[in-house]
Amino acid sequence: MINIPSTLKIALRALKVNKMRSALTMLGIIIGVGAVITMLAVGRGASQKISEQIASIGSNLIMILPGATTAGGLRMGAGTQPTLSVADAEAIKKECPAVSDVAPDLSGGAQIVYGNQNWSTVVRGTTPGILTVRDWPLALGRSFTEQDVKGASKVCLLGQTVVENLFRDMDPVGRILRIKKLPFTVIGVLTKKGQSPQGQDQDDIIYVPVTTAQKKLFGTAFPGMVRIIMVKAMSPEALDPAEKQITALLRQRHRIGPKQEDDFTVRNLTQMMQTQEQAAKVMSLLLGAIASVSLLVGGIGIMNIMLVSVTERTREIGIRMAIGAKTWDIRLQFMIEALTLSLTGGVAGIILGLGGSKILSVLAGWSTIVSPLSILLAFGFSGLVGIFFGFYPAYKASLLNPIEALRYE
Amino acid sequence: MKLITAQDISKVYKLGDIDVNALCDVSLGIERGEFIAVMGPSGSGKSTFMNILGCLDKPTTGHYLLEGIDVGRLSRDELAAIRNKKIGFVFQGFNLLPRTSALENVELPMLYNGLPAKERRQKAMEALKTVGLEERAPHHPSQLSGGQQQRVAIARALVNDAAIILADEPTGNLDTKTSAEIMELFVRLNKGSAITVILVTHESDIAAYSRRVIRFLDGRVIRDEEPVRR
Repeated sequence: MINIPSTLKIALRALKVNKMRSALTMLGIIIGVGAVITMLAVGRGASQKISEQIASIGSNLIMILPGATTAGGLRMGAGTQPTLSVADAEAIKKECPAVSDVAPDLSGGAQIVYGNQNWSTVVRGTTPGILTVRDWPLALGRSFTEQDVKGASKVCLLGQTVVENLFRDMDPVGRILRIKKLPFTVIGVLTKKGQSPQGQDQDDIIYVPVTTAQKKLFGTAFPGMVRIIMVKAMSPEALDPAEKQITALLRQRHRIGPKQEDDFTVRNLTQMMQTQEQAAKVMSLLLGAIASVSLLVGGIGIMNIMLVSVTERTREIGIRMAIGAKTWDIRLQFMIEALTLSLTGGVAGIILGLGGSKILSVLAGWSTIVSPLSILLAFGFSGLVGIFFGFYPAYKASLLNPIEALRYE
Repeated sequence: MKLITAQDISKVYKLGDIDVNALCDVSLGIERGEFIAVMGPSGSGKSTFMNILGCLDKPTTGHYLLEGIDVGRLSRDELAAIRNKKIGFVFQGFNLLPRTSALENVELPMLYNGLPAKERRQKAMEALKTVGLEERAPHHPSQLSGGQQQRVAIARALVNDAAIILADEPTGNLDTKTSAEIMELFVRLNKGSAITVILVTHESDIAAYSRRVIRFLDGRVIRDEEPVRR
């Protein structure tokens, strides 16, 4: 029969006798657990940040860019050939079942004037679908309608940065500002979206109907031409089918033969971001794995000190055996000692890890997130380390011959 | 039934290629309540005999029956259980745990048979009272004299109501006066509680307290008799 409370008391006493030694042994585990928690927090923080950015550009997003022009065998970059049109966008929305919404984009820089304030920003001509495609709700006012698009109305939606720079604290809805000297009525204000994954300010933007942009702001030689078509797929699973359907449809619409190259490029933005997120996760695992090496080293420290302890206390073991301690009584005594070391170190390590994550996020400005799971994991792992590395010394102690152990000086 | 029956017990140690016969065909019986002194020069086999009696070692051949149980067949843990319940050890060097109070030292055997804490404390106090040390219960061994330490060790041997106390030169480290006190304690325990006391000694003064002296020489019992009374 094994008496856990008394065995625990014996173990604690043994650790108290060698305070310095116990503390140093624990330090290995403290550093290990602290490192694991901090590294996992850094990794998690990074992937969380990427996830937020994915959400900010809009989920399940596909971008279609016009193809590259080839002039005298010299191929230019993607988007240099004006091949996409508003009609393409409408066709995609109508004919691709995996697509939930579509928004074309024709943009350019423009100087905006309101009263005595002026601001230079990006004006994007688009359709009402943009708000769905980019998961971007309005803060104030209303969106423009299909009617506005058909009639090329001079209405606009403002990003928060534009509002701040032109209107300060005023309510801009209903006011008239000038884009390239033309008067536009502000009908709505977008909510704040923050930085894009590339670090651009996404709120520094004005949306106008695509027709208005084509006819009144950025007149082009190709009527109906747009620079980008943004597409939202029905679901993450629909991204691949949507991509295929769009490619097939556009090839057909652009009359591209089976052997010819596409005159457009389809980019699955969400997938790209997800790849990045995956990379961040892998990195956090890697960091965690490296940190757990130090936990392992801490465990070896425990084993080392427990072996010393068993040798030092050979006579004590002999006495205990003589008065009736069984194999497992002795084993448990030493294993509980090892576990006490590793778990106490684990708790201190958790505190160190929490502190370390906090310090990193304050001093280095990294976003760190300590998940309860990582705490549990690190604590459980330190317990396992204690059991694993405590077993051999305990096993060795339990196999001592009582007669010899009693004679040990 | 005899308390202890030794039948042709031999013990052979291997020292490299050489076999050392520590015990050769020792046969004897011990009744409950006897007070025995085991004597003999070093290397005579008395320590080996005591280790076998104490279930710390098994005979190479022959049988050792303790209350009719053949101890040679038991496993390591079963032997530990028998030591715990039936045998109390008293050593020359006291062998108390350092940095542990007298009371906790006496409680130690009960840790290994699962008595609840309260009962342990109570029985340990009783045992300390029996050896006259109840006031020293919270003291650590380093705060006790040799005689007191030995009495704590005796209390520890008694606490599980052992049938046998095996004492290996219990007065070897003590002065004459203290030795006499310790021996009186053994006599009292033997008479009062009918505990079988078996002790190893070199001194005939000490052996004189016993009622039977077994002498060993070269692994054999050469004499088994009543002690010479002063």
